Amino acid sequence: MVEHFIYPEFEVERNKDRCIACRVCERQCSNEVHRFDPELGVMVADETKCVNCQRCVSLCPTRALKIVKSDCRLRENANWSDETIKEIYKQANSGGVLLSSMGNPKPLPVYWDKILINASQVTNPPIDPLREPMETKVFLGKKPGRIKRDENGDIVTDVTPQLELSMPVMFSAMSYGSISYNAHASLARAATELGICYNTGEGGLHEDFYIYGPNTVVQVASGRFGVHKNYLEAAAAVEIKMGQGAKPGIGGHLPGAKIVGDVSRTRMIPEGSDAISPAPHHDIYSIEDLRQLVYSLKEATEYKKPIIVKVAAVHNIAAIASGIARSGADIIAIDGFRGGTGAAPTRIRDNVGIPIELALASVDQRLRDEGIRNNVSLVVGGSVRSAADVVKAVALGADAVYVATAALLAMGCHLCRTCQSGKCNWGIATQRPDLVKRLNPDIGSRRLVNLMDAWRHEIKELMGGMGINSIESLRGNRLMLRGVGLTVKELEILGISHAGE
Amino acid sequence: MGEYLIIGNGTAAVGCIEGIRSTDRESGITVISAEEHHVYSRPLISYYLEGKTDLERMLYRPKDFYGKNGVKLIYGRAEKLDPKKRTVTLADKQKKTFDKLCICTGSSPFVPKFEGLETVKKHFTFMTLDDSLALEKALTKDSRVLIVGAGLIGLKCAEGIMGRVGSVTVCDLADRVLSSILDSECAAVMQEHLEKQGMKFMLGDTAVKFKGNKAFMKSGAEVGFDILVLAVGVRAETGLAAQAGCEVNRGIIINDTMQTTVNDIYAAGDCSEGYDSSTGTNRVLAILPNAYMQGRCAGINMAGGESSLNDLIPMNSIGFFGLHCATAGAYPADADIFEEKSGNGIRRLYVKDDCLAGFIIIGDVNRAGVYTSLVREKTRLDERALEMLKASPSLAIFSPEIRRRKLGGAV
Amino acid sequence: MKRVYVNEDWCLGCHLCEYNCAYANSGLDDMVKALKGKPVFANVHIEEADGITYAVSCRHCKDPLCVRSCIAGAISIEDGAVKIDREKCVGCLTCVLVCPYGAVAAGANGAAQKCELCLANSCGSPACVKGCPNNAIVYEER
Repeated sequence: MVEHFIYPEFEVERNKDRCIACRVCERQCSNEVHRFDPELGVMVADETKCVNCQRCVSLCPTRALKIVKSDCRLRENANWSDETIKEIYKQANSGGVLLSSMGNPKPLPVYWDKILINASQVTNPPIDPLREPMETKVFLGKKPGRIKRDENGDIVTDVTPQLELSMPVMFSAMSYGSISYNAHASLARAATELGICYNTGEGGLHEDFYIYGPNTVVQVASGRFGVHKNYLEAAAAVEIKMGQGAKPGIGGHLPGAKIVGDVSRTRMIPEGSDAISPAPHHDIYSIEDLRQLVYSLKEATEYKKPIIVKVAAVHNIAAIASGIARSGADIIAIDGFRGGTGAAPTRIRDNVGIPIELALASVDQRLRDEGIRNNVSLVVGGSVRSAADVVKAVALGADAVYVATAALLAMGCHLCRTCQSGKCNWGIATQRPDLVKRLNPDIGSRRLVNLMDAWRHEIKELMGGMGINSIESLRGNRLMLRGVGLTVKELEILGISHAGE
Repeated sequence: MGEYLIIGNGTAAVGCIEGIRSTDRESGITVISAEEHHVYSRPLISYYLEGKTDLERMLYRPKDFYGKNGVKLIYGRAEKLDPKKRTVTLADKQKKTFDKLCICTGSSPFVPKFEGLETVKKHFTFMTLDDSLALEKALTKDSRVLIVGAGLIGLKCAEGIMGRVGSVTVCDLADRVLSSILDSECAAVMQEHLEKQGMKFMLGDTAVKFKGNKAFMKSGAEVGFDILVLAVGVRAETGLAAQAGCEVNRGIIINDTMQTTVNDIYAAGDCSEGYDSSTGTNRVLAILPNAYMQGRCAGINMAGGESSLNDLIPMNSIGFFGLHCATAGAYPADADIFEEKSGNGIRRLYVKDDCLAGFIIIGDVNRAGVYTSLVREKTRLDERALEMLKASPSLAIFSPEIRRRKLGGAV
Repeated sequence: MKRVYVNEDWCLGCHLCEYNCAYANSGLDDMVKALKGKPVFANVHIEEADGITYAVSCRHCKDPLCVRSCIAGAISIEDGAVKIDREKCVGCLTCVLVCPYGAVAAGANGAAQKCELCLANSCGSPACVKGCPNNAIVYEER
């Protein structure tokens, strides 16, 4: 059957006056878009293969290249958009589930952008972070409800294990396999230098990275790939992954083609076998089952490491979180519907889950109402894009945030959203050795550290403006937030007043 | 260390001075120069005629070279060498004593006894700057020039004057051009190129007799000319050394520290006969880089330092009218030959006993040095490496570890 | 002395170093003007084999064969850096023949050229290093 022609999404605009035919674009494009025509003596392009990853644009030494959205459109239709129609063509061509990568790109509301932050004026003056000490350190884990004394009347100071972070940000789970060795090396080294944590995802921990264990969160997910005694012992914390914001309710699938060499060894599965993570954990059908796994892991790690339970933000997230808070978990991580992924069915990514801002507010409120807020720390992720988002999240009640997309961008990702192809031109979402080497961890980790340093400065500035000098004082301080353009219901869920109130 | 004396003022002498000064900054150095010139680059005399350089730029070392190195330069010809008294007597009877001596007398043109050569008004050799200047004076736009000898000197001379004369004919008894450095395949490529530039050749034939402006060839042919250049060959200047009792063959015999068979007398450059590691024999390696290296080695040893040379190989880089030619090593008859022709160029690699024994490249010579070092170091090459080298000279033949070592530190 | 070194683990074989080098040494203020439609004479070149790529440029040897071999006395060492006086050079390419790294090459007007660490051109420090997108080429003391 002849496939229905779908006009390329992008066009390669080459400024012939500037192009010196150095062929850097050709050598750097793993999609093989560019080609030098020796007869014509010029560079030519095959747009059908272009994913607009901007690698060629970035490396072109004479700025001769531009990738633009094709203006070849189907007849306008407000109901049947170009994209919708083309997806139908694709499915009619292939008969398959549509796959996408990274987070939900749909124009759904971004609540962060409808929340504004307060600043002090006149009374309770602002603090200048360049002159005054400003604390961004946070401890994640269960906090004691009351002061305990021993028989001599001395205060008992040993608390349950805590995860210490120099700032309320962690790099969230991305598995070795979905991203490259060098991407992991960059994250691990940056987390260590920054005094925060990164997260292995469900891909195991490469033996080279055990040295970064004190800054590593290891994940135990439904496939249990790469989980063993040393893995758990190496880590600073263990995360049970129940769900993921990009694809709530479904499992994962890393194709056998990517299970090669070290990836296979690290995941502890044979080379070439598909790594299929089931949708559920087959031993967890209730909070009681979850509690069993939480305590199994605590036993395995001798109660020395906090246990994180990660769930996707879904409709009844408050009740779910309440259950988790009672399961013995030390930290709950909630992943919003904009969270990224290396590959997900498009329909799931774009239609399942709820915004993290709403989930966070309702969970924090519910745990407070039930008097169990101190049982757990709350970490939220799913498109935390800036220091302002971090501050808003903390003020809404988060103890810390998870960032992944921002970290990928820092390492070079241009959000072309074709991770699933395995041909990432930036050396991140690929296992092809020639592409993996494009990410030098010296550069990757430096850029991650720079980004977090910049955020830390901005967090301090924002806090100082509010007259607040520590994250502890900001947490759950919803008085510092105001909504704009939000309905009464939205404001009620967020627990904030409208601007002007 | 006492007084150093150097006879000769060419490349080997400069090497010797720099060698001495790398070890001994104090003692006096005297150089006896037969040519009354500041040291110049001899191979540049043809480039001078061609207009590619001038007398100023031809200086091999800057004007302040002798002064900066504490060298006393004497113009004159050394005539007697007494190793016992450690004296050298110049033509003007001036006597120079030495503690260590280095003979850097180079070579001089070999002119066979041609019948009737005295009847030729304008005949020249082409070896020194003065030769070149004299030849230049004789050149006119219409001159017919006959050059006897199609070796490096003859052809370089031909190239140098080509644009300034009416015609150039080169004859040589050998059946090909540049017979000392090219095999017949490569010589044919070069000859074709030279002929395209208008050079005429009479190969396998040479002049035997001259009468006025006419040469009588061995084949019976007669060639008319206005200017005759004799570039038949050169001979090492070994007279002084022989006088002193140094063992002399085709050149002055030296060991790997450049010492002659007589104590405290060293020799370097075209006058000496050193070790050719590509063939494992002793021979005169009359090329400029080797002269410098031998001179330097001699200088270091004279000054009490330690240096030895045992990896010299014959090599040549020379171009004619834009077509370059790079050669090195030996071309053993029983070697495997890889040949590649492209455009007006040719590349031939001689492989023997899993080593690159020698090579000839005409055309694109870039990176030829990679080949040269393989010849010099007698690097063992496996099949993979050989295949790569056939494609192009590259460090890719080495294992990453070796390559890292080569590219990774200060060398 | 600081030299240019390559780390082949990170070299992508993109060849940008060659173009940045040729541009830096062109004396022109626009890369297009310097390189478009012209032969590129770079002092660094990429070699590749078996999927490995690496940049090669002058090592600035302590005892350089090119300096010893130059028939015109045109190559010298200045503060550790090996330099070619292109006015003196007659283009015999003996330096090309002796450089074990293949790091000297014939330039635009026939004279030999090689990396001089961009010390004399407007770049000021090696352009290949500045422009390398993956820090595969570094300029450091070893």
